[in-house]
Order: sequence, then C-alpha cells, then structure tokens
Amino acid sequence: METHNIPTRRELFTGFFGIGIVGFGGVLPLVHHMLVLRKGWLTDAEFTELLGLGQILPGPNVVNLSVAVGGRFHGASGALLAFSGLLLAPFCIAMLLVSLYQQYRGLPALQQVLAGLAPAATGLIFGMGLRLAAKLERSSWCIALAVVTFVAIGLLHWPLLPLLLVMVPLAVTLAWHLQQKEPT
Amino acid sequence: MSAMLLALFLVFGQLSLMAVGGANAVVPEMLRMVVNEHGWMTASEFTALFAIAQSAPGPNVLVASLVGWQMASLPGAAISLLGICGPSSILSFYVARLWQRFRDYRLCHAIQRGFAPLSIGLVLGGAWLLAGIANTGWSAWLLCAVSALIAWRTSLHPLWLLGAGAVAGLLGWV
Repeated sequence: METHNIPTRRELFTGFFGIGIVGFGGVLPLVHHMLVLRKGWLTDAEFTELLGLGQILPGPNVVNLSVAVGGRFHGASGALLAFSGLLLAPFCIAMLLVSLYQQYRGLPALQQVLAGLAPAATGLIFGMGLRLAAKLERSSWCIALAVVTFVAIGLLHWPLLPLLLVMVPLAVTLAWHLQQKEPT
Repeated sequence: MSAMLLALFLVFGQLSLMAVGGANAVVPEMLRMVVNEHGWMTASEFTALFAIAQSAPGPNVLVASLVGWQMASLPGAAISLLGICGPSSILSFYVARLWQRFRDYRLCHAIQRGFAPLSIGLVLGGAWLLAGIANTGWSAWLLCAVSALIAWRTSLHPLWLLGAGAVAGLLGWV
C-alpha cells in the first residue's frame, strides 16, 4: 500500500458529516475533494476503484462509498460511523423541513412554493440524466438499452423488478461479449 | 404502528437492492409502491415530499425518510432511511472487503459498461414520470425545462434553481 493518512474513527465521522451538511444533489465531487486532495485518505486510483464498486452495487453511490471507505480503515464500526456521519445532518434537516411542511401545508403560499419547487427539482434530475447520457458511449446497443429502459419506466410505467431481471443480465452479457471481441 | 414500520422497512429495503445507479433510479418504483400498491398517499403528495427532499442537502435518498415520516412520524422516518440504505450498504461493505482479494477488472468493467445505459434510462424515465405529475401547466413544463437545461449545461449550484422555482411559485407564475 502507498503512503496514507489513516483517519481515526472520529475523523471518519466528522469528515463524512462535513460532506453531508454541504452536499446538495451531487456530493461526489465533494467526496473526491475531501478523501483524496484534502485528507489524503485514498489515492486517486483507489478512489476510482471504490467509486466504481459503489456504482455497480445497488443503492445510493455515495452511501456505498462511505461504507467502503469506513470499512477499509476501521472495519464494521468505521463503516457505521462514516455512514451515520454522512446521513445524520441531511436527515435532521429533511425532518425539520417536512415538519414545517406539515404544520403549514394549509397555507396557499406554501402550496404555491411547492408548485414551483417540484418542477425545478424534477428538472434537476433531467439535467443529471442528460449529463450522464452525453457521456454514454455512442453505440447502437447502448442507446437501444437506454431507450427501452426509458420507455418501460417513463411511458409504460412498468414495475422495476421484472424489468431489471431481464435488462441487467442482457446488458452485462452484451457488454462482456463486446469486450471479448475488442482488441485490448 | 409496528406493522406500519415493518411495511415501510420492507418497501424501502426492496428498493435499496433495486437502486441500480443510485437512488434516483428507484423514485418511480417508490411512487408506484407507495401510491398505487399501498395507497399511502396521492401522487401529488408524493411529488411534494420529493421536492422537499431535493431541497435538503445530502444524498437523494431522503425522500424515503419523508414518506416514512408521513406514515409513522420519526420512527417511520428512521426505519425508512435504514431500509433504503441498509441492505445496499451491508452488501457494499462485504463486497468491498472481498474486492481486495477477488478483483476482476474485466468483469467489473463489463458490469459498469452494461449498467451505464440502464441507469440513464431509469433516471430519465423516472424524471419523465415525475414531471407528468409535478408539471400541472405549460409554465411548470417551461420551468422544468429551463432547470433541466441549466443543470445539464452549467455547474450552477442546484440550490439556485430550487430557489428560483420556489420564488416563481410564490409569485403565482407556476
């Protein structure tokens, strides 16, 4: 292993707490900044590897990453500390917001705010999806898979589980097959 | 009460393991389960909670805890958050440990490459589905499109877009 700063359990918790409290929408750039550049807990290559792992596993990517990083340094307790550090502040803020919402949901002004907030929030997701789509490899199989998934979920409202049970093996087999054929 | 907590945990625990490519991928399925299957709330109540969750910092899983709050207050919120993060976190804890010994970059690369188009389809499909519910008129669609465009092409902080949406709503434009 290369030279590392090994975080203490306390530093794991406070480090991820800091990410949770400032991260809106995309926290990934912040996580990279903290783990690699500022604290030096991971090298760039290790970060990419753990992130890739977090992305192929189900679940929120950043949460997966926090668990993997915490676990690497301090086992199960480290994973638990990083996990709760990351989620504690956002959870409390969300609880505060929703209790305000329940208290004042009758107010017309609040209904109006939400009527504007919801389309903007949905737009953010579109934006993220488009950002990812722009980076997608331009091959017909890739585009076909993305379009089929979009139509099944967005237009036909199919349940997710059966869709995944068909699409995941199909997509991974296709990618594996293509990879074998490509010269490396 | 405890039956409700169990139901919340089961719903979000399932979603946790289906969240290929992040939490946004399961938002439509969450809506389908919470609204159609269990009848816990209406679709527009769900989108209101979704908008509130987007306005809080942190990973995009908070909508689960807001649904939990609505159904069973604080214990419901905590159980739902554990449900949506727990199973996938436990999986990634063990896989990360095994990974050191059994890493196979080619398989990993194939999985990543295969998942990329699926998660894009899921995220955009989910956004489309939510937009259909949240956007009640042409001005809401316009706001949604502008917010999407800015989020896509610039690195403006998302909070500005949410703030602009809230102000537009308050002024009665949406």
